[in-house]
Amino acid sequence: MTTATATAAATAADIRRPARLLFAATIVLLCAWVLAPIYLLTVNALSSPDQVNAFPKSFVPGFEMGSITFFLQFGGVLRALFNSILVAGITMVLAIGLGAPAGYALSRFEFRGKGTFRIMVLMTRAFPLPLLALPLAVMFIRTGLDDTAIGLAIVHTTLALPFAVLITFSLFSGIPVELEEAAWTLGCTRLQAFYKVVLPLVLPGIAASAVFAFVISWNEVFAAAVLTIENRTLTAFLLQNLDVSPLHLKFAGGAVLVVPALIFIFAVRKYLFAMWGIANR
Amino acid sequence: MAEISIRNVAKRFGDFTALHSIDLTVEDQEFMVLLGASGCGKTTLLRIIAGLETPSQGEVWIGGRRVDHLPPRQRGIAMVFQNYAIFPHLTVFENIAFGLRMQKLPQAEIDRRVTRTAELMHIGQLLKRYSGQLSGGQRQRVAVARALAMEPDVILMDEPLSNLDALLRLEMRAELKGVLAESKTTTIYVTHDQVEAMSLADRIAVMNQGRIVQAAEPIEVYRNPAARFVGSFIGNPPMNFLPARKADNGSWQVAGVRFDGPQAEREEIAFAIRPEDLHPAEDGLPAKVRVVEPLGPHVLATCEVEGHLFRAVLDSDIRLRRGDTVKLAPMPQRIRWFDPESEESLQPHR
Repeated sequence: MTTATATAAATAADIRRPARLLFAATIVLLCAWVLAPIYLLTVNALSSPDQVNAFPKSFVPGFEMGSITFFLQFGGVLRALFNSILVAGITMVLAIGLGAPAGYALSRFEFRGKGTFRIMVLMTRAFPLPLLALPLAVMFIRTGLDDTAIGLAIVHTTLALPFAVLITFSLFSGIPVELEEAAWTLGCTRLQAFYKVVLPLVLPGIAASAVFAFVISWNEVFAAAVLTIENRTLTAFLLQNLDVSPLHLKFAGGAVLVVPALIFIFAVRKYLFAMWGIANR
Repeated sequence: MAEISIRNVAKRFGDFTALHSIDLTVEDQEFMVLLGASGCGKTTLLRIIAGLETPSQGEVWIGGRRVDHLPPRQRGIAMVFQNYAIFPHLTVFENIAFGLRMQKLPQAEIDRRVTRTAELMHIGQLLKRYSGQLSGGQRQRVAVARALAMEPDVILMDEPLSNLDALLRLEMRAELKGVLAESKTTTIYVTHDQVEAMSLADRIAVMNQGRIVQAAEPIEVYRNPAARFVGSFIGNPPMNFLPARKADNGSWQVAGVRFDGPQAEREEIAFAIRPEDLHPAEDGLPAKVRVVEPLGPHVLATCEVEGHLFRAVLDSDIRLRRGDTVKLAPMPQRIRWFDPESEESLQPHR
């Protein structure tokens, strides 16, 4: 009897061990998938041109800021950087300005077509941007929005808006409606109750979803490349110029592009989980 | 002065009618309890008075002023919510001061009122804490203090004690009664707990399926239920009901025993008696004992009379065994009669 149980337990453990191994291996693989390129990018960006072109490769950075400094002094880079920040900033303001009220309405009011609206918000992401590029470019040229920061920001806002709506919807849903009702009975108008009670409670989350909108715009290259010529954002600028640049400059440019986005996403990661209804940890 | 008057108020949610034409007057400084099972419309009625819900028809008057078109902040009310609704980003002090700051009172007055109500609710030492650092009972005290600090004409309470454990509820109940009596406000208090209702209320309005079935003093509601529902809802164990058949010269036959009853143009009506108004006697109703539960001061006997459930609360000296048949006589002045169709009381109210 005891032996039988012991055998059964052993078998179960034997089955469990490979499963665990597979699980761990998958995690390692996925992490490597993301981290290895970032590591190589960082190493090469921080090395001198000779080290970058040398073989075998060094896996320890030379901590030479030469490439980065040269890259930043390269004609047009700072302007492109400024454009990127400007467009991302406008995108952030528009996405939150439009998305947060929609998220609030979704969480607080019952209205016809509420479910459909939520699906439609997501569906906008299913429509490929390249399909829209040509008509959009034509329309922008006609209206004079082409090659402007505000024009590109509007396109980026449509990309960021679904996330802004869904994240803020989840944030507002986490605030009990009784808190607002209590504020109303204590002398607040709807607007005052929102400013005095709801806003302080959701502010960290709003900030996070704003940062996320910023990163979406920062990372976007297709619309930026199609819709701007003179006022290129950093991504479009790099796409245009790095092709013909030496290797070490490509690495430097890549690092300048990737690192801020990574830091931002890392800072707001817990709110991105909230978007899908997973509890904040 | 804040008399509340509800006139012909109804509330419909789509096809569902939550409240049917409610008429109710609450006197100045009265403690009115709305009592009913969940889904009977009591919370909806309270929210209509507060202004958190708009009635489909009818008028709400507070202190001689029609308020049903006004937002909550202009009604001169304060409300205590079931889940307390303490603002988590503010300290206890700022929570209690919240409404006072909205009124733009001078700081000295705010300090005075917050300190006074906090002392009253015994939370003076918690003023610097946040709600996350408070127990359920302490949060409840903050919620009441926040309402009292407003010095409102009317306090509305929505099951304020239902989230507390039994012992704390008992303690808070007595405390609330004292504090509210002193504050001289008109109170409307919603609960599904009949003991809470009996112990707190000046008057109880018993609600069922969107209607007020009876609004009267607790003892009146208990002794003279206006409808069969009230008798079966209030009292633990609730009232017993037996069918009564018409016999000659105005008397009624119940399980083979004759009782003097009301004049009614019916062949059958309902006879009702509270379990504690029964005692063993030779001329009583024959009851077959099913379950005997000794409860210390008395014994609860669950019996059957002609196939109907029948409970009696008897003196614990009486020896009873399962399967016995006992004769239980009702106290004649405590017998009540109900119409079987309208379910209304057939006894003229005193």
